[in-house]
Amino acid sequence: MEQYEIIIVGGGPAGLAAAAAAKREGVDRILILERDRELGGILNQCIHNGFGLHTFQEELTGPEYAARFIKQVQELKIEYWLETMVTDISPEREVTVVNSRRGVCILKADAVILAMGCRERPRGALNIPGFRPAGIYTAGTAQRLVNIEGQLPGKEVVILGSGDIGLIMARRMTLEGAHVQVVAELLPFSGGLKRNIVQCLDDYGIPLKLKHTVTAVRGKERLEGVTLSQVDENGRPIPGTEEEYVCDTLLLSVGLIPENELSKQAKVVLNPVTNGPVSDESFQTSTDGIFACGNVLHVHDLVDFVSQEAENAGKHAAAYVREGRGGQKDVRKAWEDCTIVCAGTGIRYTVPSFIDIQRVEKEIAIRFRVTAVFENCYVELLADGQLLTRKKVRVLTPGEMAEICLKSDEAEKYPNMSVLQIQIKEA
Amino acid sequence: MYDTVIIGAGVTGCAVARELSRYEIKACVLEKEEDVCSGTSKANSGIVHAGFDARPGTLMAKLNVQGNRMMEELSRELDFPFKRNGSLVVCTDPADRDRLTELYERGIKNGVKHLRILEREELLSLEPHISEEAVCALYAPEGGIVCPFGLTIALAENACVNGVEFYLEQEVKQIERMKDGWKLTTGTGKIYETKTVINAAGVYADVFHNMASRQKIHITPRKGEYLLYDKEAGEHVTRTIFALPGKLGKGVLVTPTVHGNLLCGPTALDIEDRDGVDTTAEGLWAVQEKARLTVEHIPTKAVITSFAGLRAHEDGHEFLIQEAEDAPGFIDCAGIESPGLTSAPAIGQMVANMVRNKLKLKENKKFQKTRKGILNPEKLSLKERNELIQKEPAYGNMICRCEKISEGEILDAIHRPLGARSLDGVKRRTRAGMGRCQAGFCTPKVMEILAREQNIAWEEITKKGGKSRMVIGEK
Repeated sequence: MEQYEIIIVGGGPAGLAAAAAAKREGVDRILILERDRELGGILNQCIHNGFGLHTFQEELTGPEYAARFIKQVQELKIEYWLETMVTDISPEREVTVVNSRRGVCILKADAVILAMGCRERPRGALNIPGFRPAGIYTAGTAQRLVNIEGQLPGKEVVILGSGDIGLIMARRMTLEGAHVQVVAELLPFSGGLKRNIVQCLDDYGIPLKLKHTVTAVRGKERLEGVTLSQVDENGRPIPGTEEEYVCDTLLLSVGLIPENELSKQAKVVLNPVTNGPVSDESFQTSTDGIFACGNVLHVHDLVDFVSQEAENAGKHAAAYVREGRGGQKDVRKAWEDCTIVCAGTGIRYTVPSFIDIQRVEKEIAIRFRVTAVFENCYVELLADGQLLTRKKVRVLTPGEMAEICLKSDEAEKYPNMSVLQIQIKEA
Repeated sequence: MYDTVIIGAGVTGCAVARELSRYEIKACVLEKEEDVCSGTSKANSGIVHAGFDARPGTLMAKLNVQGNRMMEELSRELDFPFKRNGSLVVCTDPADRDRLTELYERGIKNGVKHLRILEREELLSLEPHISEEAVCALYAPEGGIVCPFGLTIALAENACVNGVEFYLEQEVKQIERMKDGWKLTTGTGKIYETKTVINAAGVYADVFHNMASRQKIHITPRKGEYLLYDKEAGEHVTRTIFALPGKLGKGVLVTPTVHGNLLCGPTALDIEDRDGVDTTAEGLWAVQEKARLTVEHIPTKAVITSFAGLRAHEDGHEFLIQEAEDAPGFIDCAGIESPGLTSAPAIGQMVANMVRNKLKLKENKKFQKTRKGILNPEKLSLKERNELIQKEPAYGNMICRCEKISEGEILDAIHRPLGARSLDGVKRRTRAGMGRCQAGFCTPKVMEILAREQNIAWEEITKKGGKSRMVIGEK
């Protein structure tokens, strides 16, 4: 059985940044496992710009952004295997992989970093009724067809869901000569970034219909049309509001699901809200020595934040290896003595879920999403009910991840803090 | 001149074709779609019924029990997935106990073995998620689950290897009687002359029957909608759970599939459109509501897809398997609704016997009764699997991550007899695209393989033949 210090599952932005950070911390035997033909993950098909503003203070395309990290990984001489699928991870950190060159082999790691990213929610998960013709794609699949394979899915397009990939694809399909008729969104707000709504819809005159969904799919062979209906506050279609669209393509951008099938095999406990692992301040999951970062942990909207998070996860994994903490500690038991991070009013979830206050150096960023749109509000941090710190925010939307920092000097005032609550307070 | 032309490459037509291939015969199957198993046979519950449901003395009852008994050996001969998981008919109202007893007695009369009535406690010990309301249940250990595609495709491949010809995308448009047989004309203008016709056209069986015979029959397409759940929910029940047929109509079943998913359905709605396999909001809602009557805590969020299929309901609710009286040589397999999938092996045998007697067929000495399915590397030992990948590296290249399907399996699906030509063809043979991401990830990869292996352009690739093209071509 081949032995590595750190095995990183996934060679996308999270895996690359985690690997580079761990290597810089002095960990030598690192292996990145990537199932596609090249490193870079989903960035390779994101040929639009807007990446890297935070990390490089530059506007890069997805492949350019990926290339910078791939270069680091190559310069750091980190080993990676391409076209390699991980089929199992055991709680003891034995990683089973398969590829054409080596067949099936089992590798052993002191630490594992989960960086598998996420997948798109399919049509079936929404129960959209109607026929099942060709011409219905998730936005990301369409993006791959257009940008990697050079194939155009169709000419007359309706998009359901205003997630970022849907918005990006509205523009992309338009530039390729397709006619994007409308983007429909079930919720009263878009799940995408404001800048994407402006740059991908408004700039091209593509209407965004909030509180609308697809209620019928026509066409037995190829898609021939869809019906959009307005929905009530419970998301149920309102009879009498049906509008018919003639189209040959329906793109779905209706949510991303962290890809945690392997995590489950490794007995990692998942957070039902994020569908990602429950984690602590070191990005460790409930399974000792298994760390998680990027979209497998919780879905991000900016890759810069993925890189940041992954860098931290890489450093923590390196520290774990260096300290020789290997073995099978009961992490869940250890968490009982940690501070619980609790999502209060207006907060949907937080990452991390547990903090060992003693281990916080300088500060720790707590990332979260809100449950609804809030304007001119405060984000407050409470230590066992006592206001610790707060910051004023102009606008918070469920589509944009936010963060608040807990500084170690503030935290030290409450060494026995059992609950750290984040909440939104309207100003 | 053919000895036999079979209309329809569903499970019935393919079972008949396979049984006929035991004899020296010139036979062909005409199918309007681009693949076998494209109609009723592809969208149903995948249940091998024990046989307590049909009225004693009916052909339905007899063939159901026979088919059930044949399924195990057939699954070994033809290498398709089948599991005898047992079924339970759950009674949730003490007042209905009599009707459950009736069902038990009916089963005994039909020859179903090992039937037993379970009381609540034993029922709960077998199936912890059964409804709080459950009073008792009829337990049929002989009930099973099968892969409907696996069964149908296996029968078709075996028939094909044994000499039966298959013509796909050949829709029969006209049937005329000749002096010594029948003349069939298809939509493409091809003519097939034959001594006998087997009408296995599913929801279209009445159309063809009525072309050949003056004694008209009538088939109603009865739509059934289903919800399929993630494998994560696959162990929610281990047996097939039926509701006691009652005031609310024939209930919705909750069952594991032979591949480990959870399946709920079907609804029952009579419709006009013989291709009306669209799902409806009401139907899908009804499936969830009715499933809840027998099984608790079905994880609603784990639904990965929904679909609808059509049962070929004949007015008399009986299998019509006979030579039409005024149309010698025209043999119907009509009204093959549930338990049609279960009965298919027995129907095949019955019809093949009819044809053999009529045409005095001789045994086919070269008949190969076994067929190997697509190799599943996951079932091999580590050593065997590595030897395979060394020899055929395509088996190490994972294409469908959810179901863990390799390129090797997809190549096999394309290149074997009656191989896959479309995305759905690959999906039904390998399960690539049937998992939780519902082909989001593997679609471009499977398209690339289909284009390369068939030497066609991407824009010629279809989801399921006809006009179902996936892309409009190079940008």
